[in-house]
Amino acid sequence: MGVVLETVGLTKAFGGVVAVSDVNVAIAQGAVVGIIGANGAGKTTFVNIITGYLKPDAGRIRYLGREITAHPPREIVGLGIARSFQIPQVYTSLTVLENVLIALVSREKASLRPWAPLSTRAREAAALAALEPFGLAEHARRPVTELPEGGLKFLDIALSTALGPRLLLLDEPTSGVSSEDKFEVMETLLRIMREREVTVVFVEHDMDVVSRYAQRLLAFVDGKVVADGTPEDVLADPGVRKAVLG
Amino acid sequence: MTVPIAILLDGVLYAAVLFLLAAGLTLVYGVMRILNIAHGSLYALGAYTGTALVLAYLSTGGPEPLMYLALLAGAVLAGSIVGPLVERLLLRPIYAREEVVQLLVTFSLFLILEDVMKLVWGVQPYYVAKPYAYLGTVTIAGVRYAWYQLLLIAVALATGVLVVAAIRGTRIGRMIIAVTADREISTTLGINVARLFTLAFTAGAILAALGGALVAPLIAVAPGISVEAIVLAFAVVVIGGLGSLEGAALGALIVGVTRAAAVYLLPEAELATVYLIMVAVLLFRPRGLFGELEMRRI
Amino acid sequence: MSGREGALALVAAAALVAVPLLLPGWVAFLLTLALAKSVVVLAIALLLRAGLVSFGHGMFFAAGAYTVGLLMKRVGVHEAVLLTAAGIVVAAAAAALVGLFIARYRGIFFAMLNMAISMVVYSVLLKLYWLTGGTDGIGIRTPVILGMTPDRESLRLAIYYFTLALTLPAFYVVQRFWNSALGFVLRAVRDNEVRVEYMGTSVYRSIYAAYVLSGGLAGLGGVLTGFSVGHIVPEQAYWTTSGEFVFVAVLGGPASVPGPLVGSIAFEFLKSYASKYAAFTWQMTLGAAMLVIILFMPGGLWTIYGWLARGGRRWAWSSKPSA
Repeated sequence: MGVVLETVGLTKAFGGVVAVSDVNVAIAQGAVVGIIGANGAGKTTFVNIITGYLKPDAGRIRYLGREITAHPPREIVGLGIARSFQIPQVYTSLTVLENVLIALVSREKASLRPWAPLSTRAREAAALAALEPFGLAEHARRPVTELPEGGLKFLDIALSTALGPRLLLLDEPTSGVSSEDKFEVMETLLRIMREREVTVVFVEHDMDVVSRYAQRLLAFVDGKVVADGTPEDVLADPGVRKAVLG
Repeated sequence: MTVPIAILLDGVLYAAVLFLLAAGLTLVYGVMRILNIAHGSLYALGAYTGTALVLAYLSTGGPEPLMYLALLAGAVLAGSIVGPLVERLLLRPIYAREEVVQLLVTFSLFLILEDVMKLVWGVQPYYVAKPYAYLGTVTIAGVRYAWYQLLLIAVALATGVLVVAAIRGTRIGRMIIAVTADREISTTLGINVARLFTLAFTAGAILAALGGALVAPLIAVAPGISVEAIVLAFAVVVIGGLGSLEGAALGALIVGVTRAAAVYLLPEAELATVYLIMVAVLLFRPRGLFGELEMRRI
Repeated sequence: MSGREGALALVAAAALVAVPLLLPGWVAFLLTLALAKSVVVLAIALLLRAGLVSFGHGMFFAAGAYTVGLLMKRVGVHEAVLLTAAGIVVAAAAAALVGLFIARYRGIFFAMLNMAISMVVYSVLLKLYWLTGGTDGIGIRTPVILGMTPDRESLRLAIYYFTLALTLPAFYVVQRFWNSALGFVLRAVRDNEVRVEYMGTSVYRSIYAAYVLSGGLAGLGGVLTGFSVGHIVPEQAYWTTSGEFVFVAVLGGPASVPGPLVGSIAFEFLKSYASKYAAFTWQMTLGAAMLVIILFMPGGLWTIYGWLARGGRRWAWSSKPSA
């Protein structure tokens, strides 16, 4: 099993506040890794740095052995890394389907074509297939603004999976999602990712979701990874219990 | 050598006018994040009302020195009436809308004010030279200047100092600084942002009108002065940095002296130089000399 | 384009073809002008889609017009088709140059940079009087259309149909653009730029492409306006000219294809009426109308069609709150 993602000595500070401090992590191909930590512990910053939205002050990031430190998000996405967001980032003036169509045409590297229609039968079919696991296919023609909050979250995740990544980073995938839907969606999502051999890293606050689905857990406290192991071990760690679970 | 001195003096003179014009624009942007295209119209409105009041006053035959009061009164009146009206009726409904929409709304206001001024005062130019001629002239380095022009420089300086002092020294001023820095936090601190916006916009309107009124004795007050005024104001504010009064002062100096130099050395390029500097600043340091960068959080 | 919309377009095109044959000459003239300018309005609407407003497109409008003027006056080219092609190319090339750096800007800065550059162009056009005729501008005579010189009676008609022959394809091109990947990407850029980058698409390139197309269209508008009016002046590059195009775009409704055409026609007719009867209240009416539209009818005049066709559901292009 190769290493998909590796960070070495990753550090980032904002003004005087250290958000990420000397983080060394290696993620194996096909793994499902959870990241937990209190608010402000550095989890989202970590994801932002890996995906190129922020530049680290120090440290390196390697993806499939390739240096990607400080590369812009567009390049990193092109290499096969996709992410979803804590607050869903979708195209609010378009329909659900149109959102996914844009993701698909971007994946095809055909997003700047000014003449051929965006909507083709093949693309629409693929888009509906991408929306299906999230229960959004029936809402495909509706404007995004009509979706409830949980639906927006699902759409955001669907957009990331539609890009066909090899590494998927999810930032709080179940926040804002109703308890009935949480497990079903994670179940379906992870099954599909497993079939496609996609490595998944997800930031989570919900410990049930984390213990059920993560094979490995990283606990962030004040920007540092203080625990790294199986969910049982990490969640039993007293330091983690105090800092993260409160 | 009189040419460099002439360039400097002319430049500073011009800068004084530009500062008065631009100060209100940058203040309003700093507090409300709205770039008011109609700012030039408020400047013109001040010119018209100042002129009208002076002419009306002079016809009463009162003591001449008081005409300066009439000029100032015109500006303050125009600004303090139009300011709150515009802010409450036009700007308040669009605070949450996109920048594009806000630009279009202030553009509509510009169109409306242009015609309002035409309806009230007609299209013929007005000349009110008395305040300018009354103080006489002085010769510096071989060039004749009017005392009024030097008075303008003093007034511009005084205004700048006063406004900056008012913002740093008063409670309201500190609230303005807080709202400029972070609007959301200010609301949680209990600052009545709505009322502050009205105040800030009115202050900006009065400043613009003041600029117009003070310049009126130097020019022909006619429709269309707002059109060029606004591009110049934009140039000054961009160079200095949106939201910064110190920047507006420095920007005014840069534009003023450069334009004066162009008039003497390369008259063909006079018009273009100001816009070229604006383009250059926007390309190489968009936030201007004293402006700040803003970044989006995800 | 749906079946019903396609039928409507054909009816509209047919009406436009028939108009000058049925209605008096002054209507045809105003319509020619409206068609010519509608192409510039299309250009503005294109950028509005991406959430960008340009207060400087007068520079591309003037670029097209002055290319025609200079080629006719100084070089002696008279063939309309050649002149049109040249005008479009020059304007698009200018946009390609300006776009290189302007595509990095948004919001107010985009608007102001466009304005500033157009004012530089304006001052150059004004000052280089030995080339451009300065404030007098350039007067142009009848172009030769496809080798034929129209006689005095049919001149108006010839120019009208020439304008129509270029305007309709322009609208078709933009219609296809609206539905293409790039067209949708621009709307996505407006909604959420970060997300577009996170899908692997270059926001800069998408805006650049739109800007060049937009510049070319504005240039075409300038060419056609030049033929129609016969006179080319530096004021075409002034920021208030650009502002007028922005106004018409908002008036007609920039989210739709017919919007710019409807807005432009309404505008030209209102303008000619107003300049006769209400010269001092013309701008005020424009301003008030724009306010009404922005505050209550963000889809422009075309919203009315939307209301009728969709049974009342509003077609809003600008109702989203700022981030």
